[in-house]
Amino acid sequence: MNNNYTYPFLTLIALLIICFFVNISLGSVSIPIKAISGSLIGNIENESWQYIVQDYRLPKAFTAILVGSGLGISGLLMQTLFRNPLAGPFVLGISSGASLGVALVILGSGLFGGVLASVLMSKWSIVIAASLGSFLVLLAVILVSLRVRDTMAILIIGLMFGSITSAVVSVLSYFSSAEQLQQYIFWGFGSLGNLSWSELFIFFLIYLAGILMTIVSIKGLNTLLLGENYAKSLGLNLKQSRLIIIIATSLLAGTITAFAGPIAFIGLAIPHITRQIFPTSNHKTLLPAVFLFGAIVMLICDSIAQLPTSDYTLPINAITSLVGAPVVIWLLVRKRKMFF
Amino acid sequence: MTTGQRHIVLETKNLTIGYTSKKKENVIADAINITLERGQLVGLVGANGIGKSTLLRTLTNVQEPLHGAVYINSQLLSDYEPVALAKQLSLVLTEQITSKNLSVFELVALGRQPYTNWVGNLSQNDIEITNKAIDQTNIEALKTKKCFELSDGQLQKVMIARAMAQDTDLIILDEPTTHLDMYHKAYILKLLQKLTKETGKTILFSSHEIDLAIQLCDTMIVMTNNKVVSGQPCHLISNGTFKSLFPEDLIVFDENSGSFKVRK
Repeated sequence: MNNNYTYPFLTLIALLIICFFVNISLGSVSIPIKAISGSLIGNIENESWQYIVQDYRLPKAFTAILVGSGLGISGLLMQTLFRNPLAGPFVLGISSGASLGVALVILGSGLFGGVLASVLMSKWSIVIAASLGSFLVLLAVILVSLRVRDTMAILIIGLMFGSITSAVVSVLSYFSSAEQLQQYIFWGFGSLGNLSWSELFIFFLIYLAGILMTIVSIKGLNTLLLGENYAKSLGLNLKQSRLIIIIATSLLAGTITAFAGPIAFIGLAIPHITRQIFPTSNHKTLLPAVFLFGAIVMLICDSIAQLPTSDYTLPINAITSLVGAPVVIWLLVRKRKMFF
Repeated sequence: MTTGQRHIVLETKNLTIGYTSKKKENVIADAINITLERGQLVGLVGANGIGKSTLLRTLTNVQEPLHGAVYINSQLLSDYEPVALAKQLSLVLTEQITSKNLSVFELVALGRQPYTNWVGNLSQNDIEITNKAIDQTNIEALKTKKCFELSDGQLQKVMIARAMAQDTDLIILDEPTTHLDMYHKAYILKLLQKLTKETGKTILFSSHEIDLAIQLCDTMIVMTNNKVVSGQPCHLISNGTFKSLFPEDLIVFDENSGSFKVRK
């Protein structure tokens, strides 16, 4: 069945490669693509270009690929699992959990004061806090999902966790200084550019685990297209599949939020954009397509956020919505059909 | 069948169905002894709320029996692994499928899931069986259509094809004729009858189309307030089972025509 889609796939792969190089070449300093390929294979023309490409722009471009594809895939998983086209990677309350963790560190650091505060403010502590926060919410969701039979209940419980955590964040904000609040808000803008190669490596390992669990779930996801009762009648172990899908989503969305902040919109929109181009529900086709689309859109958004040739960088979180939302509206109005 | 040997596909022994709430048993029907043979078309009828759904849920392992046992091909229903059961029993449910973006072929091919590998790739054999199921249910013309393009009657045929592709000895359908017009009600039941005769599968369906079921079924299971009776439609007519199906203040069963008539 995949053969029908050879050309769209080849086009997407070509597009991804182009976007990747354009993304690297653009920024406050424009670097010709020829020089980029030179510095990648060790043919150094310009020391500072070399430095910018290797230590800054390459990790950022890879981060964009991981973030875009990971969010797109976890959005697809949630939309299929919850049979809801409005579901996204964060419906389980993962970003709320991460926000709470980060809020506790940034806004709560004043409560601890002194040396402890400066330890808490390091970048790793924010990553760890975000991971812990999303992990705890995830754990609660998994415990719930083992008990309840109705998948919709999990969705509502995820939303409730979100409400609780945002309430706690509000309380913390009330007692925080303007400076702390600003820092917390900046985290909420999202950022792709802060990762070193070693951080990127850890990011990639967890991402890979999530992707592998997704690939294992392909058959189950296709069965779930019929609804849960049909899926059971086809021999699917519903609770086990559901658990694997939830853990995969959490790994993907959780690490992305931890390393890049709560990136909005991509997870919800990419599966829809993909379904417009690949009018199928078969996850064997959808998964690689969502991977490519997510990576491409994220690279484009990041290139725009750089405001090429200027020294400013716009919040990536704003760009994803500003660029993406009109695209989805346009696609849906034009096709007048919300595929699912 | 041809050798005259009876092959029992589904059998219940002293089955009691119902719910347990707060450790109290709420019995809906008891002493259910049904035997369904290979190649039979079986209709399950009864008034609303009498427990047809509960019986079907029990026969399909969605809920546990309170007492007694259900056997499929001589093995206890609850002893089947999920995938092994999926090779014995396929279902057509009243609920809508989640994604109508599937093409008809894709949907029917999902019936092959118990047989496919871990990623769900269709083998040549799977494709052949899928095409055969499409052929047997007369939906070749719809093969490449998307499910959201289909009418209710067409979709029901597709869901039956999907159950056929699952290649099980027993197919159970929950009210397959609801929402359909008179012609399509008859069409679907006639199709089920044809499938039992051609393939030797046993098909059990619940329905409110009592007169159609009387004409087409080999066996009928009638649920009334007091008991669950099964047998050939003509026997059930002559021993007056259908008369106890509904309260007699509005409609009465006419034995000559095999249908219900409104009291004048």
